[in-house]
Amino acid sequence: MSAPTLRVEDLSTQFFTKAGLVKAVDGVSFSVEPGEIMGLVGESGSGKSVTGYSVLGLVDEPGRVVGGRILFKGEDLAAKSPEQRRELRGSRIAAVFQDPLMTLNPVLKVETQMVEAIQAHGRVSRAEARRRCVAALGRVGIPAAEERLSAYPHQFSGGMRQRVCIAIALLNRPDLIIADEPTTALDVTIQAQILHEMRSLCSGSGTSLIWISHDLSVVAGLADQIAVMYAGRIVERGPVGELLERPAHPYTRGLIRSVPANSRRGGSLYQIPGMTPSLVGLGEGCAFRERCDRADGACLSTPPEFDVGGGRTHRCFHPYEGRHTND
Amino acid sequence: MSVFIARRLLQSIALVLVMSMLVFLGVFAIGDPINTLVHPDATEAERQAIVEHFGLDRPLYEQYGRFLANAARGDLGRSFRFDEPTLSLIAQRVPATLELAFAALLLTVLVGIPLGLYAGLHPDAASSKLILGVSAFGFSVPTFWLGLMMVMVFSVRLGWLPSSGRGATVELLGVPVSFLTWDGLKHMLLPAINLAFFKLSLIIRLARAGTQEVVMSDYVKYARAKGLRPWRIVFVHVLKNVLVPITTVLGLEFGRTIAFAVVTETIFAWPGMGKLVIDSINVLDRPVIVAYLLLIVVMFIAINLVVDILYSVLDPRVDLEAQR
Ligand SMILES: Nc1ncnc2c1ncn2[C@@H]1O[C@H](COP(=O)(O)OP(=O)(O)OP(=O)(O)O)[C@@H](O)[C@H]1O
Ligand code: SF4
Ligand SMILES: [Mg+2]
Repeated sequence: MSAPTLRVEDLSTQFFTKAGLVKAVDGVSFSVEPGEIMGLVGESGSGKSVTGYSVLGLVDEPGRVVGGRILFKGEDLAAKSPEQRRELRGSRIAAVFQDPLMTLNPVLKVETQMVEAIQAHGRVSRAEARRRCVAALGRVGIPAAEERLSAYPHQFSGGMRQRVCIAIALLNRPDLIIADEPTTALDVTIQAQILHEMRSLCSGSGTSLIWISHDLSVVAGLADQIAVMYAGRIVERGPVGELLERPAHPYTRGLIRSVPANSRRGGSLYQIPGMTPSLVGLGEGCAFRERCDRADGACLSTPPEFDVGGGRTHRCFHPYEGRHTND
Repeated sequence: MSVFIARRLLQSIALVLVMSMLVFLGVFAIGDPINTLVHPDATEAERQAIVEHFGLDRPLYEQYGRFLANAARGDLGRSFRFDEPTLSLIAQRVPATLELAFAALLLTVLVGIPLGLYAGLHPDAASSKLILGVSAFGFSVPTFWLGLMMVMVFSVRLGWLPSSGRGATVELLGVPVSFLTWDGLKHMLLPAINLAFFKLSLIIRLARAGTQEVVMSDYVKYARAKGLRPWRIVFVHVLKNVLVPITTVLGLEFGRTIAFAVVTETIFAWPGMGKLVIDSINVLDRPVIVAYLLLIVVMFIAINLVVDILYSVLDPRVDLEAQR
């Protein structure tokens, strides 16, 4: 069997801030097979983006990856030089970020920003690079791609801009795309179109995709596998159907209940009680215990990752076992 | 674009008219030139003849009206002192001032932007702190004091560089320039540094602040995620954005450089417009002062126009037609 595209083992990334140590990512493990789509969900501040940046090698000061291993196609990324990691970025591992108005450089033409992404990773003539750009824009459904190349980012609509970013991600036929909330800034119809297109683009090319979102319902329709993050840890992970049908972790259950379509008609929208804990100087124990109705003395120590087979793991001392119902 | 320029021109004409009135009034306020024009031993009749010759006995509005009528024909009057058209008098001094101002601008750009960029990219380095310290000094020290200090150290003490004049000049397209001779360059160095120092400090600050801001931006993070080489990120993605505000400031500062070359030209006896106007103020040579001030106004207007156009080229989001 070939190695997974990405295998992350016990990854820890911390920020050494003035206010104290922030364990933004704390012992995270997962793996993504070629062509597989993994949804990474969790509320704001749970460490989803930092997980993505850690894989890309883009964690900024005062943060640092302090532990664990990141294996890309079987190779340990920590063993690579900065130059080798640069060569991987944008070529083998591409990224799409949340707000395309902020991520495209406002003073450079789209053509410049696309061509440079190709030329950073190989000697390609400008004409050849341009041809590939037009093809990539066509693939993501941008009409009149040839003319649009010489436009500036502000001349595109939000949805078109994000398509440009997706086209840039596809330019070098990467093995893995990390998409960090790419549709959050867009309206619902465009979001649905882009989700659909991403899915077919990836399955057509065998590209693996990590789709980061705070919205479980977005990820549910897209991913093969879901990982749920809470306060820097993956609290539950598994194949999408299984996980949605039989969530083991109380937090996952709460998330599923709070999706509008799952609430009983006429009833008020379910909300997980309590607030997200601050990550600054977070201590021992299950970080969810203040909000959990199953918490007891055992939860004062940190739950390890229990592997329950079938590709499923969770971090809970008192997991649910039966089917999930909307009660 | 053409609509924008046309609207700008109309505004400019109105502005020049208002300014000319103010300048005329102001120059009248500084004093009566007759005493500096007439020899102390002159008879009353000679004195009267001179007053009439220059029209100094006419009421102010009449003098202003005559000035405007002449100006519309491109005649900005004759100097009392040299009895020469003021325009040709000033024109003779323009090359020296422009040369000095360009040298100062070049110094500012070539030294200020790289230093500011460096300090912004490495904010914690000791060298960045030094750069910042020098720019703080440049902000607080008066131009004339710095000029005098440089003369004392480099000319008087060390004898390395000359302290006055343009040095040897050669003709370039019929205009005398200093920068093509070694001697001219040596004469230009101190005044150019003196004139540039404040702007240099300003640009270092601006470039540093801009760099620090842009480096934190999402688009730089994205550029890194695309795997671009570090030099390309710095010199294309960062620098192009940092240059947008800097170009604006530099353009506007260039006008000030020419206008405030007065101090530097006086210290280093640089034979430019600034020196001419200071000499003219000393003898109340009204026409020269008026012509000089109006030319400066026109120059500022022209520079502002060019800066606005440049700005729209550098930042594609700027729409000139939409401006009011
Ligand atoms: N530059 C930084 N300095 C200090 N702390 C940081 C920094 N970047 C992230 N963190 C911390 O890491 C934690 C995780 O942040 P992250 O951006 O990964 O969250 P997220 O799950 O992506 O949230 P969101 O949905 O808001 O994007 C946050 O609590 C934040 O405090
Ligand atoms: S470990 Fe305890 S507190 Fe944490 S989710 Fe499970 S039951 Fe709740
Ligand atoms: Mg995020």
